[in-house]
Amino acid sequence: MLELKPERLRFLDAASQELSICGKPIIADSSGAMFWPAERALLVADLHLEKGSAHAVRGTMMPPYDTRQTLMRLAETIDRYDPDRIIALGDSFHDVGGVDRLSEDDIEILRMMQEDREWIWITGNHDPEIGERIGGRVCAELRIAGLTLRHQPLPGGVTHEIAGHMHPAARLSMYGYSIRRPCFVGNGRRIVMPAFGAFAGGLNVLDDAFHPLFGDGGIAVWMLGQEGLYPVASRLLRQD
Amino acid sequence: MRAGSKTATPLRHAPSRPHARTAELAACLPPPFRDWFVRRGWQPRPHQVALLDKAAQRRSTLLIAPTGSGKTLAGFLPSLTALAGRRRPRGERAVHTLYISPLKALAADVARNLLIPLEEMGLPITVETRTGDTSVSLKQRQRRRPPEILLTTPEQVALLLSHADAPRFLAGLETVILDELHALAPTKRGDLLALDLARLAGIAPRHMRIGLSATVARPSELRAYLTPQATDGVIELADLVTAEGGAAPDIGILDAEQPLPWAGHTTRYALPEILAAIKAHRLSLVFVNTRSQAELLFQELWRINDDALPIALHHGSLDATRRRKVEAAMAAGTLKAVVATSTLDLGVDWGDVDLVIHVGAPKGASRLIQRVGRANHRLDEPSRAVLVPSNRFEVLECSAAIEAAAAGAQDAVQHRTGALDVLAQHVWGTACAGPFHPDALFCEVRAAAPYAGLTRSQFDRILDFVSTGGYALRVYERYARLKPAGDGLLRLAHPRLAQQYRMNVGTIVEAPMIKIRLVGRRPRHKPGTPRPLFGGRVLGELEEYFIEQLSVGDTFAFAGEVLRFEGLQETEALVSRTHDSAPKIPAYGGGKFPLSTHLAERVRRMLASREHWRALPDPVSEWLGQQAERSTIPDAGEVLVETFPRGNRHFLVVYPFEGRLAHQTLGMLLTRRLDRIGAKPLGFVANDYALAAWTIEDMTALSASGRLDIAGLFDEDMLGDDLEAWLAESSLMKRTFRICAVIAGLIERRHPGKTARDGKTGRQITVSSDLIYDVLRRHDPHHILLEAAWADAATGLLDIARLGDFLRRIKGHIRYKSLDRVSPLAVPVLLEIGRELVYGGNVAEGILREAADDLVREAMQRG
Repeated sequence: MLELKPERLRFLDAASQELSICGKPIIADSSGAMFWPAERALLVADLHLEKGSAHAVRGTMMPPYDTRQTLMRLAETIDRYDPDRIIALGDSFHDVGGVDRLSEDDIEILRMMQEDREWIWITGNHDPEIGERIGGRVCAELRIAGLTLRHQPLPGGVTHEIAGHMHPAARLSMYGYSIRRPCFVGNGRRIVMPAFGAFAGGLNVLDDAFHPLFGDGGIAVWMLGQEGLYPVASRLLRQD
Repeated sequence: MRAGSKTATPLRHAPSRPHARTAELAACLPPPFRDWFVRRGWQPRPHQVALLDKAAQRRSTLLIAPTGSGKTLAGFLPSLTALAGRRRPRGERAVHTLYISPLKALAADVARNLLIPLEEMGLPITVETRTGDTSVSLKQRQRRRPPEILLTTPEQVALLLSHADAPRFLAGLETVILDELHALAPTKRGDLLALDLARLAGIAPRHMRIGLSATVARPSELRAYLTPQATDGVIELADLVTAEGGAAPDIGILDAEQPLPWAGHTTRYALPEILAAIKAHRLSLVFVNTRSQAELLFQELWRINDDALPIALHHGSLDATRRRKVEAAMAAGTLKAVVATSTLDLGVDWGDVDLVIHVGAPKGASRLIQRVGRANHRLDEPSRAVLVPSNRFEVLECSAAIEAAAAGAQDAVQHRTGALDVLAQHVWGTACAGPFHPDALFCEVRAAAPYAGLTRSQFDRILDFVSTGGYALRVYERYARLKPAGDGLLRLAHPRLAQQYRMNVGTIVEAPMIKIRLVGRRPRHKPGTPRPLFGGRVLGELEEYFIEQLSVGDTFAFAGEVLRFEGLQETEALVSRTHDSAPKIPAYGGGKFPLSTHLAERVRRMLASREHWRALPDPVSEWLGQQAERSTIPDAGEVLVETFPRGNRHFLVVYPFEGRLAHQTLGMLLTRRLDRIGAKPLGFVANDYALAAWTIEDMTALSASGRLDIAGLFDEDMLGDDLEAWLAESSLMKRTFRICAVIAGLIERRHPGKTARDGKTGRQITVSSDLIYDVLRRHDPHHILLEAAWADAATGLLDIARLGDFLRRIKGHIRYKSLDRVSPLAVPVLLEIGRELVYGGNVAEGILREAADDLVREAMQRG
């Protein structure tokens, strides 16, 4: 039996949490984006735009609304932080043909978001090239103020890095409930961002694939909730 | 094969009483059959002959017969006599008789039992099975050279029909036999089969259908299922043959020395008597309602089993080879008892059962009769059964069920509207077989009874869904799966899509399962290093969600032992044996059946009538007497609502007797209303009989001041917006949607061991159905799959129809009592608090906050 309204808990809901990477303060947001105040930059990873239609091409008729949903969530986040620049950390499109399948309406939404802002597409393994159809600059990696932003995190004890690609997710187990959510995962020296796309799945941070990134040292995890971003002790995390 | 059974061993026949009428019956059989019956000293039974008659007139017929009456032989006799009397045309390449069973084990068993008499009569009739276990090479040979009688399952029929050469293979079909139709028809599998039968009618218009069913209350639903429906609203019914019932079953309630518990489902109090009953009989089947009860009871029985009576365990999660072993031991007569769930309800008879012990209330009159029928397959002798109620309310329910069985009353097969996700799968399958015309397919589909009321616009939306996903935003036209093929025909856009269909056929969408592998532990090599695990055999499978909540070191009961969870490896859960006697994680859910409407009504009547109480055990009638004194006993047509304080909370208890599902739905809705009134609800709990909600504010006072209107609380309009708002967010709805999405082909089944090239797991690659649900609800709220999921949730998981009936029924018939303390009748449901999880509100967010709190606490400590 679970009470419908648990008594008020001490942890305050916060849609965002300040964390630091090699001493640089950055705000992680419950939407899955990060805001870097010193650079007035908004960072998002793995938008996977047009994933629904990529499946449709192969005969599985996923709903065609994922791009719109992802863009609208991005627009809300932009409204909240009003950044000067937006940096997409790769796999912004689910496949190379994705840009061409974007609807005119979605292109228009992108243009509106790009107005008066710098927009940078870092390429990823799903979108090694990004066509001319949409604005913004394209690059393979970006170095700003001592931090490197790239799609695929490098193995080994790399520091000063913000990356995507992994789609980190965490499973929390308490009171017989099990909750699985996308999350930020880092160790104070590097961080991997959750996938922002509406149809993007997640890989458990306890999966072996994360071992080369963080070694045997501890990891810090922030899970995305509907109302807040929640730091969770790693001893509470479970394998899938 | 004896006339009365499907039993593989031993072959026995209870001789029919010498009866003037039956003595002449053999005369209507063709010579080899007559001689065969005579040689064995048997007589055909009247219903077997009646069915031969119907078949001679080519009438589709429903045969209703109790277990042990020779139902299967009756179904096959028309085909056997026809096939014996003909010379098989040379090079014939079509099946004569198709037998369809819900269980592949049953198909295999029936095949074995057909071969014996055929051999004895020297009839060269070919009989073969075709199931998921049949090898690919045999399947291919069957397509080239089909047997005369093919025994198969609904999914295999769908697969057969998805091939272009199905007409050749099936055009000569004369008879379709549908076994255990009462179990199959009211399900999504039944929908799929109904559509395939409609297809068969087009391919082999001559064929007739024979439905075999246990006794049901309203056979017309099944009779309509068996015959093509007209499109003018007239319901067509197949003919009906009803076999004489055998001796009335002898059912009693177990007398136990220890007092009856107030609540719970463990039946620990009756263990010595259960064991004594097992000891006193040859072979007992001990039925329980859930898998967790089976595991628990099995453990408890062995704890006191000092004589080491051979008692085994049988349920659906156990590994198939383990189940086969138990079945073989039953047949060989080496067991004294088997603790089983519904896996032994249907079909195959293993061994010489002479007692059924039903632990826990049977939940439905038909279920009880079916289960009791597993004991003693001789029609002339009564089947023996004892019921073991696990708490006081269940005593009422058990008495009601015995009363119903004595009166021959049965639960009705509910009318069913064919599911739209199943229709989508069928349309896709139709396209796999070749180009089709939508108009013709629409006509064909409507001939299937569950789809007789389908509108053209629904059909067109499903067609559109299959082709392009059916989205309001029409962007997928160029990727359409169905393409015009001229003359208004549609064809599959790519052969790959047929492959995809065949990988995903069927309507059984199980919760994802994880294999349980028993591992040992080798002695430590070096101190300080973890002891390596080494692999052992697979014990069975468990739902993923159960495994997810385990931590390494947790213990739980499974396969009759207490196991320690050692961790996950790939897709398997590793466990080791432990000497703990009590598992740490107490239970995991299994199938739960709600109380049937018919039985609920009997329980209400029983409660209202004091004459009935005298027949009940003393503690129960005393309990009811106290209730009458301290609160009140409602009339059969009334519902009782009580409010009272307890601890620092205020309780509202209502007793609808409508089953747990309906009560949980009602609980969600009531707490929303109580919240609006300002009663500050904190939680609720439901069982099959009652529902209790508790609040911070005093509901008795609120009611006295007029702020809380008890009758208004149960107003029917709660089924409108409140329900929709709650349901849309519920995890229940998401689960339902997932099942619809898999059946309709929107997402593919998870095939184990399939990983993507870049090493990412299936989880990361496949789009989760929850994400699709959220996106769809937001951007396309009227999408046909959301409609289908809603319809499913409303009928199956929430019992909304039943709740609606309840709310209408009690309008103006609420008896409200405000009390100063808890009433005797309320005790059982209040004892459920703490046992049951209720999924409501935003539980996940609460847990996440709690976890973050935990981190804060940890940080504070260290600081």
